[in-house]
Amino acid sequence: MATPLPLRVFEAEARTYRRTWRGSVFTSFLSPVLYLLAMGVGLGSLVDANLPAGLENVPYLTFLAPGLLVATAMQTGAGEGSWKVMGGIKWTQTWKARLASPIGTTSLVIGHMLWSAARVLMVSAIFAFMMAAFRVAPLLQSLAAVGPALLVGVAMVAITTAFTVRLEDPTGLAMFFRFVVIPMFLFSGVFFPITNLPGWLQPVAVVTPLYHAVELARATVVGTTPAVAWWVSVLYLSALILAGTVLAMAPIRRKLTP
Amino acid sequence: MNTSTVGSRTYPQVSSLPMSDALISARALTKKFGDFVAVDGIDFEVRQGEAFGFLGPNGAGKTSTMRMIGAVSPITEGDLTVLGLDPMTQGPQLRSRLGVVPQENNLDEELTVFDNLMMYGRYFDLSRAAIRERIAELLAFVQLEDKRDAKISALSGGMKRRVIIARGLINEPDMFILDEPTTGLDPQARHVLWDRLYRLKQQGVTLIITTHYMDEAEQLCDRLVVMDKGKIVAEGSPLSLIAQHTPRDVVELRFPVGVLETVGDHVAGLSDRTEILADRALVYTDDADKTIAVISESTLEPETVLARRSTLEDVFLRLTGRTLVD
Repeated sequence: MATPLPLRVFEAEARTYRRTWRGSVFTSFLSPVLYLLAMGVGLGSLVDANLPAGLENVPYLTFLAPGLLVATAMQTGAGEGSWKVMGGIKWTQTWKARLASPIGTTSLVIGHMLWSAARVLMVSAIFAFMMAAFRVAPLLQSLAAVGPALLVGVAMVAITTAFTVRLEDPTGLAMFFRFVVIPMFLFSGVFFPITNLPGWLQPVAVVTPLYHAVELARATVVGTTPAVAWWVSVLYLSALILAGTVLAMAPIRRKLTP
Repeated sequence: MNTSTVGSRTYPQVSSLPMSDALISARALTKKFGDFVAVDGIDFEVRQGEAFGFLGPNGAGKTSTMRMIGAVSPITEGDLTVLGLDPMTQGPQLRSRLGVVPQENNLDEELTVFDNLMMYGRYFDLSRAAIRERIAELLAFVQLEDKRDAKISALSGGMKRRVIIARGLINEPDMFILDEPTTGLDPQARHVLWDRLYRLKQQGVTLIITTHYMDEAEQLCDRLVVMDKGKIVAEGSPLSLIAQHTPRDVVELRFPVGVLETVGDHVAGLSDRTEILADRALVYTDDADKTIAVISESTLEPETVLARRSTLEDVFLRLTGRTLVD
């Protein structure tokens, strides 16, 4: 039986990844360790000293870790949807090369989404293992938080891809990271509850995909009750995945098969 | 012969074209980008086993035509059939039977030659074992056996083009499409590439080539169309095009700076057909020796005089009033 076209794209991406996997896996281990040590243990000791009851009644490290997990997934997704997409279309033009084969634009995008999802899954799973190693939560609970991480990661791949394919040059990407990804990372409830934000900023935080993933992951690991019903968050993130993927199609067609 | 029966009498079926061996058939093929007409209602046909060329300057519509044939660009108007398939609705099926060498070197620079070819073969869903075998054959064919495990970024421009040729042949295509295969290469690398393409042609592979080099067209093409501004302005074999559109010989005259502008009338009197270009004057003639004798007896004092045979470049100049490479 013939291999579905998107899976052929997936395989090509995996083959390309094989070249750099060592460095990439190392980073995936190192980044949670650094974040958990610096923010969770270091900053956490100060926070815990000032808040005897803890945030959400748990030590700061426990409060922080699930948020960091989904935030890392979010950033991985933004990376997969930006530089790699720009490269495939503009720099190495490997996406263009693919289209001379039976692969069409739809399969190209779906294959890209599938592979990026695999990357998010890898990074998130490693992070969950490190959480368990830091005794933030039992392994199974940590692994359960990979679910929301995958959702927000793939949602970011879709949104970033839809954005990147509309750019003519990479300057827009630098802006995207500076004004969208980093603020979202800082102000979506990863480091402190969004109720501590100024009132006018809170609705903005609620709209970010990361906020929903943080609420879901924290509910899984800490046992908090999310401010938004869990199924609303899941639906919202799923809708973003669908919307981003659909919105990426037309510009890709216009650029690669004019 | 196909027949159709009307009443009790049998008529031979009327068909304007022998469809049996046409691999590509284009009727009024048109490509527009907004208001810009890139390909302006062209008709052509390519037969099994021939090397067919599109010759023309940059912007003539060659690449747009190739991309429509390769099912990576939708047709705006007209009809196009490639290998009996409709590129608009049967794209994946058609592309699985084509080999394509694009204008740009879009290999994955970070991967090895082998990985690039393996990856590409997998797009066609060929088995890894079959691709491995094919890669060995193809690397021998493009004379890059010793570069199998080299990164693309370590190869010269000519070698990269040869890898792309190998990549285009990975699926044993029924038709091989090459868009400006040797643009940007040095003469030696071009000759190596031409030699490989000539071998393919002898093996019976149908080649479709675009080029703005007349020597490339003359070397490789059995038949070609000359394109200009989206239209086909002439069609035929290189020799027949030259015979039809231009005298046999050309005498090229170069004059000192400033003199060329003043000799126009005098040069024009030398033959029925002359051209004053930016850097030289061309005198078309059926007898170069006689023309040179006339020039040496005249008051003209060219710096250099060169006699040569007419080429497709001269055909193009004749048909469009412009040179191929500006």
